[in-house]
Amino acid sequence: MKGMTVIVKTISSWVKVLIFLFGIYIVIFGHLTPGGGFAGGVILASSYVLLMLAFGREFVQKNLPLGISSKLDCLGAFAFAMIAILGFFYGGIFFCNFLVERGQAFGLISAGTIPLSNIAIGLKVGASLFLVIFSLSIFRRNTSANK
Amino acid sequence: MPYALCLLLFMIGLYCVVVKKNMVKIVIGIMVMEYAVNLFLVMLGFNAGGIAPIIDKTQYDPQTQQIAASFINSSVDPLPQALVLTSIVISLGSLALMISICTRTYEKYGTFDITELRRLKG
Amino acid sequence: MSIPLPVFVALPLVMAFLLPMFGKKGKDAATALANLATVSLLVLTIISAIQLSTGNDQLYVYKIGKWPIPLGINLVFDGLSSFLLLTISVVSAAAMFFSIRYMEQYTAKSKYLSLFLLMVAGMNGVVLSGDIFNLFVFLEIASLASYALVGFGCEHEELEASFKYMVLGTVSSIFILFAVALVYGNTGTLNMAYISKAIQDAGLNIGLTFALALFVVGFGLKSALVPFHAWLPDAHPSAPAPISAMLSGILIKTLGVYALARTVFNIFGVSVSIGWLLIVLGLLSMVVGVFLAVGQWDLKRLLAYHSISQMGYVVLGIGLGALILARGGNTAWASLAILGGLFHLVNHAVFKSLLFLNSGSVEMATGTRQLKQLGGLATVMPVTRATSAIASASIAGVPPFNGFWSKLIIVIATVKAGFYSLAAITVIVSLVTLISFLKVQRYVFLGELPEKLRATEENKCSMLIPMIFMACLCVLMGLLLLIPTLRESILEPAVRVLIDGLKYSTNVMNV
Repeated sequence: MKGMTVIVKTISSWVKVLIFLFGIYIVIFGHLTPGGGFAGGVILASSYVLLMLAFGREFVQKNLPLGISSKLDCLGAFAFAMIAILGFFYGGIFFCNFLVERGQAFGLISAGTIPLSNIAIGLKVGASLFLVIFSLSIFRRNTSANK
Repeated sequence: MPYALCLLLFMIGLYCVVVKKNMVKIVIGIMVMEYAVNLFLVMLGFNAGGIAPIIDKTQYDPQTQQIAASFINSSVDPLPQALVLTSIVISLGSLALMISICTRTYEKYGTFDITELRRLKG
Repeated sequence: MSIPLPVFVALPLVMAFLLPMFGKKGKDAATALANLATVSLLVLTIISAIQLSTGNDQLYVYKIGKWPIPLGINLVFDGLSSFLLLTISVVSAAAMFFSIRYMEQYTAKSKYLSLFLLMVAGMNGVVLSGDIFNLFVFLEIASLASYALVGFGCEHEELEASFKYMVLGTVSSIFILFAVALVYGNTGTLNMAYISKAIQDAGLNIGLTFALALFVVGFGLKSALVPFHAWLPDAHPSAPAPISAMLSGILIKTLGVYALARTVFNIFGVSVSIGWLLIVLGLLSMVVGVFLAVGQWDLKRLLAYHSISQMGYVVLGIGLGALILARGGNTAWASLAILGGLFHLVNHAVFKSLLFLNSGSVEMATGTRQLKQLGGLATVMPVTRATSAIASASIAGVPPFNGFWSKLIIVIATVKAGFYSLAAITVIVSLVTLISFLKVQRYVFLGELPEKLRATEENKCSMLIPMIFMACLCVLMGLLLLIPTLRESILEPAVRVLIDGLKYSTNVMNV
């Protein structure tokens, strides 16, 4: 997949940082404002998709190789499972919110394990969606048919 | 009355799945059905003249840990919104799988037409 | 209860997240870990079942996150759940052991293992769930994993079968979600015990009746009852052999029949119309499945059509029990009918998965599945021939194997309820099953060995051990019915959960 013109490349290399930052904001403030893990993860993935559309697929493959994003994917899911199991060891029951007494209400550090779960889910969803769109873009419309 | 319109949208999606012959159009029909069911779920929590179910500092009293009664009476039900979030994630996963099967089938058979996929018979 | 219930869901899920990190070099380590996971699930299930049957309580409730019941999600472990968990873990351990050697033909083995464990985690979650939306989420996890596994080797037929299965399966999941939304709108809660209590207090209105109809359609499509069976003869043959064993052995029962029974008996309550509906669906499935199966010449397609027919037996037994309960008849005959249905469910899981593993072993050794090209394999593959003979005798209902006992109980229950024509049709269907399996035995194993197949030999040991294990289970499972202690500890609690029906809600709320 080729890239686009110089104007698009310049602007998108500035805008992608803002989109990535916005995605991180939505993930971290998920327990106070609407959003949370899944919506923030989709925005994180879309910043890389913008890069892929503007610069071409090979450039993105050099910057974020498929092996690394696949391992990030597994790491995010594993971190979420670990939060659940740590709830079992510290609180006596799975998914127990064992950090809920720390911090005050409406602050950034409050509501126990919920922000940590949001970060794990945001990582996993971002990596997975990026992998999905990358793999689907390898399809070419004019391959010859093998009947 | 809005529930009847949801059912109409569901029927349009079902018509698309049953009648159309192009694989991608069938996938779009399934997506329209999912949107109809998600819309129905969100409308279940409706409260006339309601506000969004987000608490801020003016409605929460930290001494007694009570939420203001005006908030409880006028807020929209947040549980269907959580259900819809889960359902959107599930439909995203199944959409990705369906599209990848469509592209692989195009590579093998050369067409998106389902009347050409006839190897399994009997 | 010493084993916390989320372990049954969390253990395969965590393993499924770990395994794709192994890649191509760590394939053997990944296979060893996956087998360890399924075998340890089997051990944990046996321990939990023993604790449930010897303990004082009828069921265990586990509240996730320490939230009390109507606010949070709970997991419920009662007699029916333990019965199905045992079935799932036995068949998945055998299929996973078989796929050590069988999946060497395919690439990307670590992704296969991860999807397999996701499917097992989804099914465990469906069986243990006490909340109706949680049941939907785990049903979707298991279904999505199975759509991907059916089209695993990406050949022409597998992709076509996977697309058909996927479209029909997704439509049925949307119907189930619509029904869950209707139930929430009419009762205001999602917990199964509280929904049951609300329905007992207020009665069924038109929204809830529509929701029940949508549940029957959705779960009926997942369990391949006859108007909704069109995906099964394409999907089950195209999958790799251990996945066919899992799909036909446990997926259609857990996602279809268990969910339907739980919804009809424990949440909505039985009525005469639902009982008749289930009996008609079961009867149609039995007859249509077996008559379409006799004329097939592809081995796995024949076995897939027989799956439809045997699921008809199970639903007939359960529907008959529902009808007798709804009419206010003798509960002893109702429990006999439900006992026949549930016992046939577990028998079918064992012998059908054994038949699919046999077909996989034949296909790996000879390279073909068409009956007309095979023949005379009895001399070169003796272990496969012996286990296949045992499985064919079980499915046809030959005494003393396990299929005979469950079919006998269903026939006795139909005669006692007064439906003599149903009993006659059941016996005729069983005879036609015997005819088609005699055809399979004659064409695959007896006769003379054709030229091309002179060089085939028996498969390696790791593929034979699960087949021998399941064949021993086929022979010994008749004892599950005849020995009273085993019957009362494993089968009776499952039957009692369905017979007690609406008391499920009071049992859960009082814990």
